Amino acid sequence: MAKTKQPKPGINKEARLVRHLFNPEKLKQIPTRNGYGEGVVEAGEKNKNVVVLCCDLTESTRSLAFKEAFPERFIQMGIAEQALASIGAGLALAGKVPFISSYAAFSPGRNWEQIKTTIALQNTNVKIAGAHAGLSVGPDGATHQMLEDIAIMRAVPNMTVVAPCDYLETKKATVEGARRKGPYYFRFARAASPAFTTKNTPFKVGRAETFRHGNDLTLIATGPLVYEALLAAQMLSADHGIECRVINCHTIKPLDERTIIKAAKETGAIVTIEEAQVAGGLAGAVCETLALTTPVPVERIGAQDRFGESGEPRQVQEGLGVTASFIALAADRVLQRKLGKRVPKMPAHITVAQERLAAVHEDVMQEALARAPKKWGGKKPNNSLASRN
Amino acid sequence: MANLTLGPKVRKPLHLHDRKLKTLEKKAAEIREDLIDMLVEAGSGHSAGPLGLADVFTALYFHVMVHDPKKPLWKDRDRFILSNGHVTPARYVAMAHAGYFPKKLLMTLRKIGSPLQGHPELEWMESLETTSGPLGEGIPQAVGMAYAGLMDRSPWRVYCMTGDGELNEGIVWEAFQFAGTNKLYNLTFIVDRNNIQIDGPTEQVMPLEPLQEKLEAFGLNVIRCAGNSIRDFVTAVERAHGVSEKCSVILADTIPGYGVDYMEYDFTWHGKPPKPGNEARDALSGLRTLGGKITSEHE
Repeated sequence: MAKTKQPKPGINKEARLVRHLFNPEKLKQIPTRNGYGEGVVEAGEKNKNVVVLCCDLTESTRSLAFKEAFPERFIQMGIAEQALASIGAGLALAGKVPFISSYAAFSPGRNWEQIKTTIALQNTNVKIAGAHAGLSVGPDGATHQMLEDIAIMRAVPNMTVVAPCDYLETKKATVEGARRKGPYYFRFARAASPAFTTKNTPFKVGRAETFRHGNDLTLIATGPLVYEALLAAQMLSADHGIECRVINCHTIKPLDERTIIKAAKETGAIVTIEEAQVAGGLAGAVCETLALTTPVPVERIGAQDRFGESGEPRQVQEGLGVTASFIALAADRVLQRKLGKRVPKMPAHITVAQERLAAVHEDVMQEALARAPKKWGGKKPNNSLASRN
Repeated sequence: MANLTLGPKVRKPLHLHDRKLKTLEKKAAEIREDLIDMLVEAGSGHSAGPLGLADVFTALYFHVMVHDPKKPLWKDRDRFILSNGHVTPARYVAMAHAGYFPKKLLMTLRKIGSPLQGHPELEWMESLETTSGPLGEGIPQAVGMAYAGLMDRSPWRVYCMTGDGELNEGIVWEAFQFAGTNKLYNLTFIVDRNNIQIDGPTEQVMPLEPLQEKLEAFGLNVIRCAGNSIRDFVTAVERAHGVSEKCSVILADTIPGYGVDYMEYDFTWHGKPPKPGNEARDALSGLRTLGGKITSEHE
């Protein structure tokens, strides 16, 4: 049997990504939640049974667009996430296609049992829109940063779990969610992130897309961090001649096992990347699949059994070691392991992130404290406060 | 059921002399000013709620509660549970003034590495009693603490502050049901009845009224007071202490954004920055201008 020819390393033309992928000036930054807002209106136009429920967060979840377009199909829940899930299930049992929206920290964070029983067990047609997922709520702190949703939702039978990579893909995932039957969880973020796919980029729930060809190792990423994976791949190729395959694994359940096993066989080393707990997250899903079929070395980028904290979103992301430079460290380690070399017990992408975070804590705190006015025990005049300008 | 017949000892009356009242009012004004300075430094966070609660926090930390800032974990301290964690800036300022931590730290609100996390985090500051932010969850925790306090016949009391929109949450009513059934008279809830939540006035988003009757139907002793009057609030607490067979709820009618003219009563202030320039400065009536530097966190 003739071996099929491998494509040349580099961005996959068929992925139809934006042309100015690595040009920060031309690359647009749009929050993924905007994609939900636009997508749910489109879904509402296509299907008159689509209804949107929201827990006192109409503007910030971007449900507002639907409320304005179809006021009679918008349902204000008040701050009641457990009722949100159960009432959503009741609406679905009566033939509606409810999108239930709140912050992911509270839905599915708070109403997981209601989701399990009334949505998943009954296999009702409810779409759970988890806004402000991941670390992008920055200064709000750990209570509002949702990192466990992939793990808890993936464990529920009948549930589909999707984490789109940018604004446009979130829009596609929303429209697609309304079209599919059954429970559907998708997560999106607050902060603006690179909009790097186009309307021609293929998107099919359950099918992972190869965004970059390469055969030295594979970066499997989900959510807005897919862009960080592409950045890391670009860096590794330019600086070290290492060619990474980059897979956008937007659907975590059902997992595209074929694509992942193929990547494991062809590249022999995997790094998973997600803005979520690695335990039970995309990393969990990939490791389970590979352990059962094609065991190869795997490294995991994501929250390593720890919570986030207050800070600017980018600072918190770097503190948890999920950005491009840490992906490159993980890639280096997985390559060493692939070659059978010894590696330190604690991965560098974890230790370096911890050290860096401690240094950032120190710097940011010192900088702020140095500006403390006299009335708060500092040395600066009271009128140096920003509020007094 | 545990023997809950003996509870907190009768305490010194809370009667407020005129001179003390003046001191407290001055303190509340200082707290408001520091609050705005702090929020502008942070550049994000809630403003209207905390401003409306400055008087209640002042009364609690400087008159009502038995506590020792130098010994935050003193076993006989009164417990204060903040259920509506998003108003924590006002609590941070009150705590700084009370001496729990250096005022300098107010510069670091919401910054990476700061103990003043965006929502209160026990892991970062043990004197906070609980981590909060996700709404409704402080109420059952306060109920649990109060129940334990009565079981151990402890002298301390529990005060739990909640928002009004927060009462939408089902978990709140499960906890109220338990507090009513078990007559947790060492527990006093303070509802910040400011009539606003993120999407609009509470009575439009998900009406709470008749709130007093609902709470009473759950077996609770309900006291209404003007939450921006320190004297009125302290009197309400005295009345709560006077009832020894029921858990009390103080419905404190507060004015959101109290002290900043153009923010008062206006839920939409959350979603838009104040207009820069003279207009904003004039509207600030005595308080410092915000200069358009605080952004809403629910954008």
